[in-house]
Amino acid sequence: MDQFTINLLFVGASFALYIGIAIWARAGSTSEFYAAGRGVHPVTNGMATAADWMSAASFISMAGLIAFTGYDNSTFLMGWTGGYVLLALLLAPYLRKFGKFTVSEFIGDRFYSPTARLVAVVCLIVASTTYVIGQMTGVGVAFGRFLEVSNTTGLLIGACVVFAYAVFGGMKGVTYTQVAQYCVLIMAYTIPAVFISLQLTGNPIPALGLFGDHVASGEPLLHKLDQIVTELGFASYTEHHADTLNMVLFTLSLMIGTAGLPHVIMRFFTVPKVSDARWSAGWALVFIALLYLTAPAVGAMARLNISDMMWPNGTSAEAVSVEEINTDERYAWMATWQKTGLLDWEDKNGDGKIQYYNDKSDALAERAAANGWEGNELTKFNRDILVLANPEIANLPSWVIGLVAAGGLAAALSTAAGLLLAISSAVSHDLIKGQLNPNISEKGELLSARIAMAVAIAVATYLGLNPPGFAAQTVALAFGLAAASIFPALMMGIFSQRINNKGAVAGMLVGLTVTLIYIFLHKGWFFVAGTNSFTDADPLLFTIKSTSFGAVGAMLNFATAYLVSNATEDTPQEIKDLVASVRVPRGAAAAQDH
Amino acid sequence: MADQPSDNAYWAANLKVIKISLVIWALVSFGFGILLRPMLAGIKVGGTDLGFWFAQQGSILVFLALIFFYAWRMNKLDAEHGVEEE
Repeated sequence: MDQFTINLLFVGASFALYIGIAIWARAGSTSEFYAAGRGVHPVTNGMATAADWMSAASFISMAGLIAFTGYDNSTFLMGWTGGYVLLALLLAPYLRKFGKFTVSEFIGDRFYSPTARLVAVVCLIVASTTYVIGQMTGVGVAFGRFLEVSNTTGLLIGACVVFAYAVFGGMKGVTYTQVAQYCVLIMAYTIPAVFISLQLTGNPIPALGLFGDHVASGEPLLHKLDQIVTELGFASYTEHHADTLNMVLFTLSLMIGTAGLPHVIMRFFTVPKVSDARWSAGWALVFIALLYLTAPAVGAMARLNISDMMWPNGTSAEAVSVEEINTDERYAWMATWQKTGLLDWEDKNGDGKIQYYNDKSDALAERAAANGWEGNELTKFNRDILVLANPEIANLPSWVIGLVAAGGLAAALSTAAGLLLAISSAVSHDLIKGQLNPNISEKGELLSARIAMAVAIAVATYLGLNPPGFAAQTVALAFGLAAASIFPALMMGIFSQRINNKGAVAGMLVGLTVTLIYIFLHKGWFFVAGTNSFTDADPLLFTIKSTSFGAVGAMLNFATAYLVSNATEDTPQEIKDLVASVRVPRGAAAAQDH
Repeated sequence: MADQPSDNAYWAANLKVIKISLVIWALVSFGFGILLRPMLAGIKVGGTDLGFWFAQQGSILVFLALIFFYAWRMNKLDAEHGVEEE
């Protein structure tokens, strides 16, 4: 059986499983379908939250970014997990006590203002749409490889599948489908990592193997990796090279953004008790950590494997020959990925070998000149392909490769569909029914939801063709936007009785607008390539890249809300009472009914 | 409800737990993982140093411990102040 058929079997079987569970759960009870998660044990809820949360950015993209940068990209690991601490300590229990179902409803009620609710909805739509663009980038990579077509064709086919998946609908809300998705996703991520860790270090736990010894050389793995990459002229793997200010702000943006993303927060509205909301955040992080503790090992080991592959006799000997790449079984993955347009090589100096090195390094210039090298010949290696290509690079059995294809698609599709549902319900329920036309019929509401979904996916697909960055980088922008707009409003709503309607609205508007403008100035207006005035290499303010600006936006949001609230009238007594009641768990059962 | 002294004491106790937890949260990530890494460079961990380990593994493990500690501590505080769920 060839690899293509095996991939098809694995992907098909996993989809059959999700749909089967959805049908089984639906037949059980209809009310369960709406009250997703209520009455569900915190462990199960945590697993479902983890599936919801880990998207193409975590699964497909993140390890690739770590692999090619090393220590400096640890920010993704700390940022996307540290946010759960904020969520568990600062938001989840209180929002559960409040007992409504959406983030914008809380903001509307706490700041006693339909305007605040409207602004929250706009913030939510902007952040979610940016998030979907990142997902579509990942979907394009996964479908391109899986169907062995170009990235563009893969993206267009993927968009249709995501649309169908989202319209098919509520399946997303069935907790047990997500539990199944989590299981597929985590197996697909960890099984190849265990194999590779065993090959390289003899340790079956990748997180320990990362700090273990490299079997072939007997040296510590990271030490060996540092040595190889520096010999090829690249920056060392474990040292700190990036700008520290930017690193701190980027990590903070991801953390705050995690705690401000509506599709994650919503899960904590529906657990049975306040104490369960506290536990649920912990369990969610347990299941997320399984992937996040493995990811840095996947990155480092893949980098080592790729270097070994391109320099099979060591970095000081001859590079791999074109003939080997074309004929040797172990290099077959390169030809398959070349079809997607995301990987390419070219024998520039015509010596029949493919030299992979950093042609911008002065240290390597001498060796290059002496050997007649005319630049790096592994001309293209898209970071987003690393995790999907990893099992092929390590020459793992074909069933593992099929499993990874299924896992990558599960991660990308479940989150993309979930975000589309969040966008469409925000438009139809909060925006149209709540604000513009309260008398809209149920049919009209459903239709507007579908239209909103179609528009969102069309925009995301168009921008996904020319994405503002790799999947995880685009997703990081979405986190910046959520950090600057939603999180501060929620936190102040709980921890201050003084912040009033005007303060909250002004804060959210300032946070969102300033952050959005900063991003557009660096990434192009509305992400259209070529319309940017600055680049992330040389940003407008100090060394702050557009992906890190969310933390600054959040501070501006806090400051504006504080100043405006203190300059205007105090909050009414009933709001002070509302805040006081949100702060104590007692009475949570009653709060559920209002 | 806000005027009951037990609620205020409860809220103050909660804020204290949150503050301590967030100091640890920032220390292991921004501190050990990034800013204080040069100071920890002398402590070697498998081919690199402790700061690298905190940035890629340790901070995540501490985050987990913090969330479970907070849940356990708050559930106890709820009972002590008589504001637990019925």
